[in-house]
Amino acid sequence: MNIAVLVKQVPNTTEIKVDKETGALIRKGIPTIINPDDLSAVEVALKLKATHGGKVHVFTMGPKSAESMLRELYARGVDDATLLCDKAFAGSDTWSTSLVLSTALKRHRFDLVIAGRQAIDGDTAQVGPQVAEFLGIPHISYVDEIRGVDATHCFLRKKEEKQSMHLKCPFPLLITVLDGIAKPRYMNMTHIFNNASRDVEILDNDALAIEKADLGIKGSPTKVKKTYAKSITKKTTAESLAPEDAAERILAVLREKGGMPDAL
Amino acid sequence: MDHLLNDQHKLVQKTLRDFTANEVKPLAKAIDEGERFPRETVSKMAEMNLFGLPFDTAYGGAGGDTVSYAIAVLELSKACATTGVILSAHVSLCAAPIATWGNDAQKEAYLPGLLSGASLGAFGLTEPNAGTDAGAQKTVATEHDDHFVLNGNKIFITNAGEADLYIISALTNPDARHRGISLFIVEADTPGFSVGKKEMKLGIRGSSTRELILDNVTVPKANLLGKRDKGFAMIMEILSGGRIGIAAQAVGITEGAIEEALRYTSERKQFGKPIISFQNTQFMLAEMETKKEAAKQLLFKAARYKDQGRPYAKEAAMAKLYAGNTTTEVTQQAVQLFGGYGYTREYDVERMMRDAKITEIYEGTNEAQKMVIANMMMKEGAA
Amino acid sequence: MRYDDGKDCFIYIQHEHGVIENGSLELITKAKELLSDTEENVVAVLLGTLDQNTHDTLADYGADAIIVCEHPDVSAYDCLNHAAVLTEIIETHHPKSFLFPGTVRGRELAPRISARVHTGLTADATRIELDNHEGQTHSLAITRPAFGGNLFATIITPDHVPQMATIRPGVFEMKKVNTPYAKRIDHTTDVELKSPIEIEAIIPKENDNASIADAKLIVSAGRGVKDCLDMVQHVAKTLNAELGASRALVDDGVVAKLSQVGQTGSTVRPLLYMACGISGALQHTAGMDKSETIIAINNDPAAPIFDVADLGIIGDAKEILTHLMRRLDVSNTP
Repeated sequence: MNIAVLVKQVPNTTEIKVDKETGALIRKGIPTIINPDDLSAVEVALKLKATHGGKVHVFTMGPKSAESMLRELYARGVDDATLLCDKAFAGSDTWSTSLVLSTALKRHRFDLVIAGRQAIDGDTAQVGPQVAEFLGIPHISYVDEIRGVDATHCFLRKKEEKQSMHLKCPFPLLITVLDGIAKPRYMNMTHIFNNASRDVEILDNDALAIEKADLGIKGSPTKVKKTYAKSITKKTTAESLAPEDAAERILAVLREKGGMPDAL
Repeated sequence: MDHLLNDQHKLVQKTLRDFTANEVKPLAKAIDEGERFPRETVSKMAEMNLFGLPFDTAYGGAGGDTVSYAIAVLELSKACATTGVILSAHVSLCAAPIATWGNDAQKEAYLPGLLSGASLGAFGLTEPNAGTDAGAQKTVATEHDDHFVLNGNKIFITNAGEADLYIISALTNPDARHRGISLFIVEADTPGFSVGKKEMKLGIRGSSTRELILDNVTVPKANLLGKRDKGFAMIMEILSGGRIGIAAQAVGITEGAIEEALRYTSERKQFGKPIISFQNTQFMLAEMETKKEAAKQLLFKAARYKDQGRPYAKEAAMAKLYAGNTTTEVTQQAVQLFGGYGYTREYDVERMMRDAKITEIYEGTNEAQKMVIANMMMKEGAA
Repeated sequence: MRYDDGKDCFIYIQHEHGVIENGSLELITKAKELLSDTEENVVAVLLGTLDQNTHDTLADYGADAIIVCEHPDVSAYDCLNHAAVLTEIIETHHPKSFLFPGTVRGRELAPRISARVHTGLTADATRIELDNHEGQTHSLAITRPAFGGNLFATIITPDHVPQMATIRPGVFEMKKVNTPYAKRIDHTTDVELKSPIEIEAIIPKENDNASIADAKLIVSAGRGVKDCLDMVQHVAKTLNAELGASRALVDDGVVAKLSQVGQTGSTVRPLLYMACGISGALQHTAGMDKSETIIAINNDPAAPIFDVADLGIIGDAKEILTHLMRRLDVSNTP
C-alpha cells in the first residue's frame, strides 16, 4: 500500500497563555510540536504498512524549520518525507495550502491519503477535504477505526454525533482521523540512529509550478481582517466563603434561577 | 550540555523525556508503594528498542552509543530510579558482556532476545560473603566433559526473578581465588537454578532484588563466556561500564529532585512570600545545581571516553563516586526544602531520597570506587 | 466562483428521518437577523424529501424560500453526491453566502464545495456580522477562534462568492418568527450521482444518558474534585442535573467522553452550570461560557473560571459540596 500522510508542525497551543495586561498572545518560547491528529494519522499509516506492506510518505508545507519534524517522523519509521517550502506559500489559507499539497501528491500515486482532522492552530479541519477535492478522490472524515483493507477497498468506521457508520470505499481515497484513533508510537532508537539523518525532499514552487496568483495571501480566497485575544472582563469578584455559607449561597442561586428540582 | 549533544542524542533525549512523562512518571509512586516490578513499562521500552540502544545493529541493536545510553538512563531515573536501573543492569551487566566477549554462537543465541527486550538480563556476582571483596566468592563450577555444574549462592541481584538470562561468576579453580573465576551464561529455567524471596529495601523498591540459588545447575560448555579462569578481568570491565549507568541514574535522581525543589519553593509561601525569595533557599538551590552539573560533566566525560575507545575506568569510577555522593546530599536537601510535606509520601522527594542512597553502594561502593581511582592514579604516576 | 449578481444567504439543512438538525435552524434565525434591514432572503437548501411538516418548520424559523432537490440519490446523505448537487445549486442560483452547521457532515461537505467552486470558507464561526468591506454591502465578517481558542480572527471573503462558513451548533439561538411563509423552489439535478462510498451499516449510539448538550442543569467536575467525584455525581443526581467534566478527568479515564465540556467536547448553554474544581482554561470555558448562570467553586483565587462566573466561590470544593449535600438532603427528607 502506498500511503501519504499530511502533517503539520504547530505551536503547542495548549501551552499558550494570554498576557492579562495587554491581551496579547504570549507566543515567545512556545515549543512546536507535531499536530496531535497528524501524529495519530502517521500511526495509522505505520500500522497499515506493518500489516499490508508498502511505504509511508509524509508531506508538509512549512518553513525550513519543519524539517526537524520530518526527521522525528523518520525516527518513527516513516519511509519518505517531503517538505514544501517557498516564500510564495507563506500566508496561504486552506484553499491555497490544499492546492500546494495536492500538487505535490500528484507527483506520486497513492492508494490512501491520511490527514489529521484538524490542526490545533488553525482549527479549521478544511485541508483534508479540500486536498481530496483537488486530487479528485473521495474523502471520508472523522474516521475512528480502519476495520479492514483488501486489494481494492478500504473498510472504515466513521463517527457522527448520534451514530457510527461502517463505510466501504475503493482506493484511492483520503480519510481524516481524530487523535483518539491510535496511540502514536514513540520515536524508536534504531530509527534514530539509522533513519533520522536521511535527507528530506524539499520542493519549492519551481518544482511545483503553481500559478503565483493562487498562492500566499494574494491567492487565498479568505482574508484575515483582524485578530484579537479574548478580552477578559470579570463578571463578578469571586468570594472566599466558609463552606456552610457557600452552600447557602449556591442554594439561593439554584432557587432563584429555577435550578431546584420540584421534589426539593 | 546541549552543545555536546549531536542531533541523534537530542532525539534520544526528546523521546525519553516524552516517554518518561507519559509512561514512567505516572507509575513511579505506585510501583514504589507496592514494591512492584513495572513489567508493562519494560514492554514499552522494548518497543522503542531501548534495550539495544548502545549496541551494533548486527544482532538487533539500535546502533547508538554510550552517551545516548547515559541520556536514556538519566531521563528515566529523573522520574523513577527503579525504571532506570532495570535498563542499566540489563544493558551494562548482561547484554554488554555477551556483546563484548561472546563468541558468534553465543551472540546469535542470546543477543537478539536481549537487545530486542524480549529477554531481560541480570548479573550474578555478589555473594553473602563476597561484596567488595569479589575474590572471596565461593560459588563453584566443576568441569565435566561437555558441561559445568554450578553450586552456590548469589545475593542482592538486580532484576533477579524477572530476568530470563543471567551472567553468573563462579570459581572454576577455587585454589586460585580471583584468578580462578569464570563467567557463565545461565538461562533462568535451567533445572537447579532458583531465586530467593524479594529483598525489602529502603529504596528502588520496584526493582526486583533477590538471592540466586544454584543447586547443581548444569551449564553447557558452550555457555562459558570468554576464557576459563579469566573472569576477573572481564568482571572489572563489566563493572566499569555499569558504573556509567549508575552514575547516569544518580545524576537523573539529582536532576529530578532539583526540579521538584525549584517548583515547590516557587509556590510555597511563608512570611508572605514564596520561600524561593529568601537568599538561604536560593543559595541552597544554587549549590545543588552546581554539584549536579559537575556530576553530569563527569558522567558524560566517562561516556565519551568509552565511545572513543579510550581507557575509561578511572573516569567511570569518579563519575559514579561523585554522582552518588551528590545525589544523596541533594535529595536530602530537597526534602529539607519541602519541609514537613517533603517527609510525607504524598510528595516524590522522599522516594528520591530513599532511592539515592543505593548509588553509593551497589555496582561498587564509594570505597571501591576510591580504590579504583587511587590505583589508576598510582599507575599513572605523579601526574 | 465569480458572479456579480450574488444575493441571498443560503443555509444547508441537515436532516435525518424528518427531524431537522438544530444547528441548521439556528443559522436560519441568525441569517434572518443579519438580513433584517436588507432586501435579501434567507434560503433553506434541503436535499431529500420535503414534507409539509419540514416545510412548515423551516418557514416557522424564518426561511423565505426553500430550494429542494428530491432526487433519490441525495435522499440519504453522501458527501460526494450532496457536494455535486449543492455545487449545481450554487451555479444556478448564485447565492451571496452559504452557511453550514458545524456538524460532522457540515464540516466535511463545506470544504469540498469551497474547493470545487474556488471560494473562501471559514470554519467553526462563533460570530457573524455584516461587513461593508470596500463598499461591498452585506458581505460577511466571520469571527472564529484559533490557536486552540486563545485567539479570535475575523475572516472575510472579499473577492469570491459564495462566502461560506460552518458554524458550531449551539453558538447561536434558534427562534421562531411571526411571518412564516416560505416559497418552495424545486431543483432537478442533471449531475451524475455515483458516489463510490457504500454504507455497510449504521450503528446508532447507545443512548444511555440524555445528551449533555440538551441539559438544563449541569454540574461539572474538574481535576480539583477528582478524589470526590462520587460526591459531585451525587449532587448532580439530587438536582436532576447532567454530569459534565473537564478534559482532564476524561483523559484520566474517570469520566466518560460524552460528559466532556469544552472545545474538544460539547458546547453547552444550560440554565445553570456549576463548575467544581475546574480551573477554567479557555479550552473548557469555550464550551460553557454562554450558560445562563455560572457558579464556580475553586481553591485557587486566580483560577480563570472566576472570570466567567456569576457566582464565584473560593474554597474547598469537597467541603462545600458536603455542606450542600446536607442541605439538599434535609430539603429532601419529608
